[in-house]
Amino acid sequence: MTDEDNTLGIFSGMLGIVRRDLLLAWKRPGDILNPLFFFTMVATLFPLAVGPSPEQLELSGPAVLWVAALLAMLLSLNSLFLSDFEDGSLDQMLVSPLPLAALGLGKSIAHWLTSGLPLVLVSPIVAITFRMPFSVTGVLMLTLLLGTISLSLLGSVGAALTVGLHRGTALLSLLILPLAMPVLIFGARTVSLVAAGDGVAGGLYFLGAYAVLVLSFSPFATAAALRISNE
Amino acid sequence: MWKFIHQLASPPHFYRIASRIVPWFVFAGLLSVGYATYAGLFLAPADYQQGDAFRIIYVHVPSAYLSMVAYMIMAVSAGIGLIWRIKLSHAVAAAAAPLGAWFTFLALATGSIWGKPMWGTWWEWGDPRLTSELIMLFLYFGYMALRGAIDDTVKADKSSAVLALVGAVNVPIIHFSVEWWSSLHQGATLVKKGGPAMDPAMLYPLLAMILGFTFLFSALLLRRVRAEVLFRERRTRWVKELILSGEGPR
Amino acid sequence: MEGMSMGGYGAYVWTCFILAAVVFIICEWRARLRLRQVYRDIEVRIKALGDTQ
Repeated sequence: MTDEDNTLGIFSGMLGIVRRDLLLAWKRPGDILNPLFFFTMVATLFPLAVGPSPEQLELSGPAVLWVAALLAMLLSLNSLFLSDFEDGSLDQMLVSPLPLAALGLGKSIAHWLTSGLPLVLVSPIVAITFRMPFSVTGVLMLTLLLGTISLSLLGSVGAALTVGLHRGTALLSLLILPLAMPVLIFGARTVSLVAAGDGVAGGLYFLGAYAVLVLSFSPFATAAALRISNE
Repeated sequence: MWKFIHQLASPPHFYRIASRIVPWFVFAGLLSVGYATYAGLFLAPADYQQGDAFRIIYVHVPSAYLSMVAYMIMAVSAGIGLIWRIKLSHAVAAAAAPLGAWFTFLALATGSIWGKPMWGTWWEWGDPRLTSELIMLFLYFGYMALRGAIDDTVKADKSSAVLALVGAVNVPIIHFSVEWWSSLHQGATLVKKGGPAMDPAMLYPLLAMILGFTFLFSALLLRRVRAEVLFRERRTRWVKELILSGEGPR
Repeated sequence: MEGMSMGGYGAYVWTCFILAAVVFIICEWRARLRLRQVYRDIEVRIKALGDTQ
């Protein structure tokens, strides 16, 4: 087999995973919808608790939306490898001739498509309840786009480390949150800054750079974690 | 030299060598800290801008420095254990975590106490170094939680090693955050071109304190590693002989 | 001793130093305790099983 064949093999293996996960999500719409419902409901918790003052809504909008998005992502990450673990496809992945890192990356991509991207698309609707002007909403979507990529990648590592663990849920959040904090900080604050009239470039650059950084190690860390968790 | 290092990787040798080193480290540490405390509190002149409050630096900087060193020790030994499968390495990583967490807490607490009179606030959410140090505290918690959640020692070692390595990306962020972003913290004072930018009378106690803290930290670490090693090797013959020979837990 | 008041910042400075001392003492205590605990546990187990272990 030539190198080109090998590369195609890896790539199509990855796409295979993505396709399969998308198909599974299609068959179980709850997988995609539940985190979205969660996102919407959490976003409304804050106005409910804080009260309807319009200034407070506008000020807290970016932060609340971002925290809600982060929590929704954490929620959906729990089950990233769960079904694979239970039906044996995880074992298949482990013995596959294709590099586990590529397969892990495929899982991350699928997760982002089924959890991150929907959040990005739904956010403008929820943002309206926070009286967010359209220009700011655009920035919100951009930050969510970049941020959820990092979260899916980081989340895969965490999910791989905690797959099959008793009470893995809370542990997963505990493991991912520290590294997710910079994403939250820059995501939410960039949007706030734009709402206040400042420039957007710095924050977006950071989010992009962070995503690239995480991308560089996440597939390998996920693969290592999967092997360790399933020995 | 290589033989020494090889021996060091063997648990029974490490156990014995460590037990001999610890008292010396404690002695040297207490000596340095003693001098540094006295000199820092009473001999060093008061700072032009901060007055006597600056003396908190003698506790804050060494703790912050060690909190990061502890993380690097944890991550590096976890990595070595993962790649070269050296059991002792994993024991070092496990032992370093709680110590690192304590020093991180100390750094955050003393920093907060310092911040109140200086910047008027106990905490500043906009400061990147404070935030990344806090993140490191949470990373320590996550590491210890993951270890605790996995019963099998070998698996716990390897899983937490992956976590420690992934989290290591945070340490340079802490260090360089003051350069990359605007911060309440000043830029590098000690390790910069042209040498430290500090009055020698203020500098020497600080260096002595850093040295003293390092000695004491090492003593604490070695003691914890010994306990860790003893526990992990509890079913081996060398441990059995050690116990039966009646050498107390020193 | 006038040095004690630290130009008015006494409470802050001394709290920090005392806090550091406390942290060290706690760590030392716990490390010793753990070592002793592990040792005792193994000792008990070995003595209980006799030399058949």
